[in-house]
Amino acid sequence: MALTPVQNQTPAFTASVSACAGALFGLFVGTAQGSGLLGLLIGAVLLGAMGFVFTGLIAQAKPVRWATVVVFALVGLVVGGLPALVLGALFGLFAGWFIFWLATSSYRKHLVPYLTPGQVLWHYGFRVICGAIFVFLITPILVVMPLSFNAEDFFTFTPEMLRFDPAGYSLKHYRDFLTNEGWQQALWNSLRIAPMATILSVGFGTLAAIGLSQPHVPFRRAIMAVLISPMIVPLIISAAGMYFFYSRIGLQGTYLGVVLAHAALGIPFVIITVTATLVGFDHSLTRAAANMGAGPITTFFRVQMPLILPGVISGGLFAFITSFDEVVVVLFVGSAGQKTLPWQMFIGLREQISPTILAVATILVGISICLLTTVELLRRRSERLRGMSPS
Amino acid sequence: MKLRNLTALAATTALCAPMAFAADMADEMTIVSWGGAYSNSQIKAYSEPYAEKTGVTIINDESSAEAVAKLRAMNEAGNVTWDVVDVVAADAMRLCDEGLAMEIDPDEHLAAAPDGTSAEDDFGDLLVSDCFIPQIVYSTTFGYRTDLVGDTPPSKICDVFDLEAYPGKRALEKRPINNMEWALLCDGVAKDDVYDVLETEEGQEQALAKLDTIKDSVIWWSAGADTPQLLADGEVVMGSTYNGRLFSVIEEQDQPVAMLWDAQVFDLDGWIIPAGLSDERKARALDYIYFATDTQRLADQAKYISYGPARASSAPLVGKHAELGIDMAPHMPTDPNNAQNTFLYNYEFWADYRDDIDAKFQAWLAK
Repeated sequence: MALTPVQNQTPAFTASVSACAGALFGLFVGTAQGSGLLGLLIGAVLLGAMGFVFTGLIAQAKPVRWATVVVFALVGLVVGGLPALVLGALFGLFAGWFIFWLATSSYRKHLVPYLTPGQVLWHYGFRVICGAIFVFLITPILVVMPLSFNAEDFFTFTPEMLRFDPAGYSLKHYRDFLTNEGWQQALWNSLRIAPMATILSVGFGTLAAIGLSQPHVPFRRAIMAVLISPMIVPLIISAAGMYFFYSRIGLQGTYLGVVLAHAALGIPFVIITVTATLVGFDHSLTRAAANMGAGPITTFFRVQMPLILPGVISGGLFAFITSFDEVVVVLFVGSAGQKTLPWQMFIGLREQISPTILAVATILVGISICLLTTVELLRRRSERLRGMSPS
Repeated sequence: MKLRNLTALAATTALCAPMAFAADMADEMTIVSWGGAYSNSQIKAYSEPYAEKTGVTIINDESSAEAVAKLRAMNEAGNVTWDVVDVVAADAMRLCDEGLAMEIDPDEHLAAAPDGTSAEDDFGDLLVSDCFIPQIVYSTTFGYRTDLVGDTPPSKICDVFDLEAYPGKRALEKRPINNMEWALLCDGVAKDDVYDVLETEEGQEQALAKLDTIKDSVIWWSAGADTPQLLADGEVVMGSTYNGRLFSVIEEQDQPVAMLWDAQVFDLDGWIIPAGLSDERKARALDYIYFATDTQRLADQAKYISYGPARASSAPLVGKHAELGIDMAPHMPTDPNNAQNTFLYNYEFWADYRDDIDAKFQAWLAK
C-alpha cells in the first residue's frame, strides 16, 4: 500500500544518486584490486550513466533489468570466470533494481508524506549504516567457514575453490580435528573444565546475587564490585595474579586450579543476569510461602528458583562460553595436561597455520549460535511468563 | 569428586614421602617444544620409543616460544613444572647465564658415539653453552615461487634486494638478526668483515640503508608459519623462513616453491633442563636426554623433518623420509651442495649488540 503518491524522477537526480552508490562499490572493488581512486571513478561514471539512461526506459523496466543482469554476468565471466559471473549477476540485479527504485520514486511510497528530503535520506542512510556495521562484524566469521573446507593446508581460497570445483573442497580438516590426538585431548579437557566451572559459577553466583539483593546486607555495593571485578580487570592481570597465587598453594597446573580460575571469571556473568531477574521478583511470594509453613530452603527451591531460572540459565551459558573460549588464564594457570581447545588453537595459529583451526572455529561458532539462541528463547519465555510482553 | 580427592591425596603423600626414593625417577615428565611438525618429529623419534622402553608418561607442552619468560616466572613462583625444554641456542645461553638452566657435562651425561668418540668431540663446536645439548642444525633461508620469478630463478642472496629482476613482495623476519647480515653482504661488504662492520654505528646505518631500498616491498613475519602461508597464497615472491618449513611446503604440500640456499644462516636448537628440579625428576630428565641425543635417535629425527642432526656421527645414518620415502640427505641444510655459502648465527655478537640494534631496527621499521 502506498502512503504517498509518487511521480517519476528526473534523469539528473537518478544519475547523481546512483553515481554515489557506484562510487561506493567502486571504492571497495578498486581497493581490492589495488587502486581505490580508479575504482571509485569507474563505478561512479558507470552507474551514473546507467541511471541517466534507465530513467527514460521506465516503461520497459523488466526487460532492461534482466538485460543488466545478463550483461554484468557476462562481463564477470570474461574478467574472472565462474565466481565473477555470480558476483556480476548479483551486482547487475542490485544495480537494475536500485536505479528503477530511484527513478520511479518507489523509495518514497511507503514513507509518510510530510517527510522532508533530508529525513528521507536519513531514513535510508541509517539503514545502510546499520547494514554496513552488521557486514563489518559478521564477514570475518563467515569468511572462515568456506576456508575450513579447503582441500589444501593453507588459509587460501584456491583456484579450484573459486571455480566451485568439488576437488577444491574437502572435509579433511574436520577429520583431522576428530582423529588428531592433540585436538581430541584439548576438546576433552575443555569439556571436562567448562561444565565444572559453570556449575561452580552458577552455584556461587546465584547465592551471591540472592544475598546481595537483600536490602539488609551491609556493604552490598562494595561486595558486588569485588565479585564483578574479574570482568573488569584486564584478563592478563588476573591471569598473572592467579599464576603466582596458585603456584604458592599448589593449584597451578592442576585441573582444580583451572576450574576455580574459570569459575571466578564466570561468576560475574551469573551475578549480573540473576540480579537482573531478581529485580522483577515479587518478595511477597516468599513471605506467602513462609506463611504457609515452608522453610527458607523449600521456599528457595519451590518458589524462587523456578521464577529466576531463566536468569540462572542464561548466566550459566555465559559462564560456560567464557570458560570454553578462554585462553589467557589457562595459559598461565594450566599446564600442558589441561590444554584446552582455545589453547590448542592459539598454538596452532602461531606455529602452523593449519585450516584445522578454521574447522574447529566453525564448529565452535555453531555451538555458540546454538547456546545464544537458547538464551534468547529462554529470555522470551521468561518475559511471557511474567507478562512483560503480549505474545 | 571423592575419587579425585583420594588420588590427589595419594599423589601428595607420594611427593612428600621421605627422600629415600631420591634415586628413583619420576614416572611422569613434561617435555616442552615448539609444536607443529617439529614436535611431531621429536615425539616419533624420541618420546614414543622412550615411553615404550621405560613406561614413563610424557606430557607434551608447546610453549618453547615463551620458554624464557615462563621459566623466569616459574623460578620466581618456586614451582618449576617443566622437565626438559627445547630452546634455540641463544635462549639457552640466556637461561644458563641467569641460572635458570642446569649445567650438563656432555661426557658424563651423554652417550658416546658408536665408534667410541666421546660426546664432547662428537658434538664438537656445536656445544655453545654449558647448559645446552644441541639436537639439530636448522637454517634460516629463502624460498621463492617458481611460477612468479620468470625464467631465471634467483640463485644468490642479493637477488632478494633486486627489485628490478624480481619485482613483488618479499617476506622477512621482523628482527634485525640475519637481515642486517644479508643487507651488508649485498651492499658489497666481504663475508669475513660483516660483523666488524656491523659493530660500528656507520655499519648499522649502512645495513638499514640497504634494507630501505626494499622496505616498501617487505611483509614482515614473526611466526615460522607465516612465510609458508604467504608463499602458498602467492602473496610474496620470496621469503625467509626455517628450512624445515620450506621442505614441508615443497615436498609435502606440493606448492610451486623452491629453495634458495645461498647465505643461509645456521642456528642450533636443543635441550636444556631447568634448574631447581627435585632429584628424581632431574634423574628422569637426564635419562631422557641421554636417550634422545644418542647417535641413532638424532639420525632418526631426520626421517620426519629436514633438519640436520647435531652429532657428526649421525650424518651418515640419515635415511629416507618416513612417509614420502625420499632421500633426506639432499634436503639437509648441512648437505655440501646446499652449504656452499653459509653463516653460523653469531651468538657472541648478538648477545652484545642485540638490544642496541633491535632498538634501531624497530625505530627504522616505524619510520
